[in-house]
Amino acid sequence: MNRPMLTGDRVYRIHWMPGTDILRGVCHCGAERTAEEPVELWEWLLAHPQGHQAPTASTPAPQRLAVPA
Amino acid sequence: MPFARDQWYVAAYGSEVGRELLARTVLGEPLVLYRTEAGEAVALADRCVHRRYPLSESRLEGDTIVCGYHGFTYDQTGTCVFVPGQQRIPRTARVASYPVVEQDSFVWVWIGDRERADPTSIPRAPWLDDPAYTVVRGMAPLNARYQLLVDNLMDLSHETYLHGGYIGTPEVANTPITTEVDEEKGIVYVSRHMDDAECPPFYARSTGIQGRITRWQDIEFHPPCLYLLHSRIAPQGVYPPAEGPDSDAFHAEIVYAITPSTENTTYDFWAVARDFAIDDESVSEYLYQSNHTVVMQDVTALNLLEQVIAAEPDKYQELSINIDTGGLAARRLLARMIGSGAVGAPQ
Repeated sequence: MNRPMLTGDRVYRIHWMPGTDILRGVCHCGAERTAEEPVELWEWLLAHPQGHQAPTASTPAPQRLAVPA
Repeated sequence: MPFARDQWYVAAYGSEVGRELLARTVLGEPLVLYRTEAGEAVALADRCVHRRYPLSESRLEGDTIVCGYHGFTYDQTGTCVFVPGQQRIPRTARVASYPVVEQDSFVWVWIGDRERADPTSIPRAPWLDDPAYTVVRGMAPLNARYQLLVDNLMDLSHETYLHGGYIGTPEVANTPITTEVDEEKGIVYVSRHMDDAECPPFYARSTGIQGRITRWQDIEFHPPCLYLLHSRIAPQGVYPPAEGPDSDAFHAEIVYAITPSTENTTYDFWAVARDFAIDDESVSEYLYQSNHTVVMQDVTALNLLEQVIAAEPDKYQELSINIDTGGLAARRLLARMIGSGAVGAPQ
């Protein structure tokens, strides 16, 4: 799976899980959800905070991978 | 179809703007561009206030444009400084001038309320004006709405099918992506990291790599106009070191400026900056020809798609799948800039 690249405070992510057809959405609040197509998952992510459970444990900030410059 | 106004757009390459008058239409607004004798780029409305004659079909006299129809003359601020046959210059005799910034080889113009123009908000593409890189570039006019080019560039799985034999290989379409959206900065990022991929001719011939490669594609879209593709090519299994320069890899910074011209036409500015073989003219020529071919393959496909969309009933229901995750995010940010904000907004 690709590492997170953006480091802002309000970043939404959707990972396409390797070897599957499953998408996993990760909100900046820590809430996660899987789906089988992206429109539904974007709608859920962007509805934040509606339907997003607070994260049970703090997640470490993503390491920024250096982009060749 | 609406546009995102109050934004910066690329109107031209700096090299296109000189002492000849250049006509460009951006967001439906006709512009005339030129460079003053001191070297400053200028963008004015391309219509004489008198009878609407295109100023781009007129002539420069010093830093002023003399209308080719009746001689109304405008300075670089758009103020009329001469009208024929009379002393009094009407108070309303002026044409709009547009804020202009030259940066990273582009001429950016602000379309919208000039009081809101902030040059520091223009996204950067520094490789295009960096002696450590060699750049090939071009511009292809597109007879298609700009959203089709955004869709095209945000989903590179099309490389496998539309650009096979140039930049596409099976792994591009087959490799899962990660899509990120920074809500505050308004950036979409799409990563596709291929650990073990066939090397397409575009990179095999330009880098000299033989055999399979590790190929990373990292898209950074700064809507509405600037698209960056950070392309990292290395022999299979070679990854960046934990520290220090990534000198065992080849890097291409592929830059597009997507500038809406009219509702159904777009300027497709494209550039490929590389940090390898920078003095090799034959590599430049090869990359120019190859990328031009790839761009024209897109142009042909998108022009066709524009005709299809223009002829179909409203509210055609598209189907989006995993590969479209980044494109949907880009559409939403564009829609937000325009003023709606629906996910998966139709064209």
